[in-house]
Amino acid sequence: MQQNTDTEKDLQLRELDAMCVNESHLQHKWYHNLKYLVVGVLFGIVFVKAEVVSWFRIQEMFRLQSFHMYGIIGSAVVVGLISVFLIKKFNIKTIYGEPIKISPKTFNKGQIYGGLIFGFGWAITGACPGPLFAQIGTGATVIGITLLSAVAGTWVYGYLREKLPH
Amino acid sequence: MIEFLKQPWAWYVAGPLIGLTVPALLIIGNKSFGISSSLRHVCAFCMPANIPFFKYDWKKEVWNLFFVFGIFLGGAIAINLLSNANPIEVNPKLARELADYGITNFNNLVPQDIMNWQSLFTLKGFIVMIIGGFLVGFGTRYAGGCTSGHAIMGLSNLQLPSLIATISFMIGGFIMANLILPFILSL
Repeated sequence: MQQNTDTEKDLQLRELDAMCVNESHLQHKWYHNLKYLVVGVLFGIVFVKAEVVSWFRIQEMFRLQSFHMYGIIGSAVVVGLISVFLIKKFNIKTIYGEPIKISPKTFNKGQIYGGLIFGFGWAITGACPGPLFAQIGTGATVIGITLLSAVAGTWVYGYLREKLPH
Repeated sequence: MIEFLKQPWAWYVAGPLIGLTVPALLIIGNKSFGISSSLRHVCAFCMPANIPFFKYDWKKEVWNLFFVFGIFLGGAIAINLLSNANPIEVNPKLARELADYGITNFNNLVPQDIMNWQSLFTLKGFIVMIIGGFLVGFGTRYAGGCTSGHAIMGLSNLQLPSLIATISFMIGGFIMANLILPFILSL
């Protein structure tokens, strides 16, 4: 029973940020995680080959000088929308036979304040978190410092969380 | 085939492939696409410091760290096996503007003129790499997600908060790139 309440509390805590709740009741060996590594590798290759991780493409996007990034994000959303629609409509299950669950997001003002702050950072560094990892992979080792700084930013947010308007 | 793969990929090839990450992660393990959470898991793993926001079982989210390590490897594979020698094509207007700030090297995905180990210790480099990174980490967590979690995953699931977040990202980016960044790059 005690264990059950603990799991429940842990789940609620991770739900503070709906994007990181992935509760599965199935237990898997660690190597099951390798399939996420494979998806990450393919994703990273697309990122680099389509120049999504290029500082220059991001600058063009925010100056309305190129359609490229709008085309990528727009078509990614369309494909994602259709996929989620089909998954719900046909009740598609995971490869382990579990029903697919997507947690809804609840509104708070952090999405505006935090969104603006991230927008500032995105335009300066030319990278959102995903591209930071890919850029380091392409040999831009100094971006490792930018990534560490992003981890520090996340930590400071966690530290100040109770005092910030949400 | 390999020659074809070595060219830069068009948006209508790359965008749908990125979109397919959403169903791929859901189907192989019920995971919602999101990258910035990985930064939180690193905090929870390395330095939870009794902060409630970091006191959870990060091992249950370890898939996310495998995923971002994959992105890092993917970057290395693409640059070593699938790259071509041509510099990145940049809109001539942007190229002229950047030349004014001394950015003329378009051979890499990041502008080497301002992002390198030497410039890290200059004011401009410090702002671009360290302050910029800090804003990315702080802002994404405050907003509860980044481009992947909100703009792609959230919009795919028709979430209004994600639309608000995405619009905020764009407004922040437009303000920074057009009104503030020119001063930073002139330093």
